[in-house]
Amino acid sequence: MSLSRAFFAIIRRDLVLALRRRSEIANPLLFFVLVITLFPLGIGAQPHLLQAIAPGIIWVSALLAAMLSLDSLFRSDFDDGSLEQILLSAHPASILVLGKIIAHWLVTGLPLLIVAPLLAIFLGMPTHSLGILLLTLLLGTPVLSLIGAIGVALTVGLRRGGMILSLLVLPLYVPVLIFASNAVEMAGSGLPIDAQINILISILLLALVLAPWPTAAALKMSIN
Amino acid sequence: MERKPIYKLQGTDLSCIRDDRVLFEGLAFELVSGQVLLLEGKNGSGKTSLLRILCGFREPDAGQVFWCGDAINDSQYYADMAYVGHLDGVKKELTVLENLKVSLALGRSGQYSIEQVLTKVHLAGYDDALVQALSAGQKRRLSLARLLITKNIVWILDEPFTSLDKQGIALIESLMSEHCANGGMIVLTSHHDIDLHGVDVQRILLS
Repeated sequence: MSLSRAFFAIIRRDLVLALRRRSEIANPLLFFVLVITLFPLGIGAQPHLLQAIAPGIIWVSALLAAMLSLDSLFRSDFDDGSLEQILLSAHPASILVLGKIIAHWLVTGLPLLIVAPLLAIFLGMPTHSLGILLLTLLLGTPVLSLIGAIGVALTVGLRRGGMILSLLVLPLYVPVLIFASNAVEMAGSGLPIDAQINILISILLLALVLAPWPTAAALKMSIN
Repeated sequence: MERKPIYKLQGTDLSCIRDDRVLFEGLAFELVSGQVLLLEGKNGSGKTSLLRILCGFREPDAGQVFWCGDAINDSQYYADMAYVGHLDGVKKELTVLENLKVSLALGRSGQYSIEQVLTKVHLAGYDDALVQALSAGQKRRLSLARLLITKNIVWILDEPFTSLDKQGIALIESLMSEHCANGGMIVLTSHHDIDLHGVDVQRILLS
């Protein structure tokens, strides 16, 4: 009862904070849109090529946008001492950390889902694969936040953790990238994609259950 | 008179080594309800390190900390303690009220409501002020207000009087005396002389 109260209080707090610091929402979203709009300019008037690589472009951009937003996950709480207070709470730190990750996804992952269909049409993706693109983003972007949280938790105590963070996290993002962009591509050609979707679902469930523990443990190490 | 349960915080043979330098070793103390433990010593003598050990942020290099006879990690300790460090632990983009509501949700409700506590720390009327608009002393009082809204026994305070004015210091001292009279205990570091009437103050000098 009071654990759920603490869990929702953390989510609420982070959403209010995000609303008061709007650049946190705008940055990854703007990055996502800019990168995708630059591709047609770079490649030139080759609609077929663009259509063929659209799933990859969208997914790689989503992945980089997620990376870009990761640092904000624990940074300000670490700097002002709120993180100490969260970890000192009698409630399990992993659940509270999960609340923070969910809030982070709502702020940085969900907006990508909303603009992705527009950008997909812009790249000439067939309309029947738009639904699948959204489904893969819905399943995949929370995984990016969950896995990324472990990396941020490990590096939040370092002055310049950015480079190490990418090295830690990007290899773990690769499976999501492969299965998600492959699913969208196959859907475009009308092939069955159950396998990819099932794998994405299982990755999401695994990350949801397993990621908060190492994140909480790493945060405890980082504040030491 | 109502009998209050006696709680005991105990450290045995604690030592802390930092960068190959021994800050303290073989340190032992025992603190029961109603007592204050004041850590003294010059800068860099390990006061904050000892507090962080008592918070469980840092493992002691030797020795153990016990709460009512159990090691702190296997006990109710974290539900019974509250910590105010040199970082305020409040979010500057949130209002005073929002900050306290989050602290309340993370702990157990104490004997005072948020309004009562704000009055007690002389922040009444600031409910909807953003914390970034408060002065350093007001922020400090806000972070100390956290101690009062949640139910706790041990207060761990790292330099609680920083940036407080004379009235602020007197206010916090009276709150500390009240907490001890109610069966609580306090571990603190301070460069100021503390003036607590009728409270049993133990001193540890780290050098």
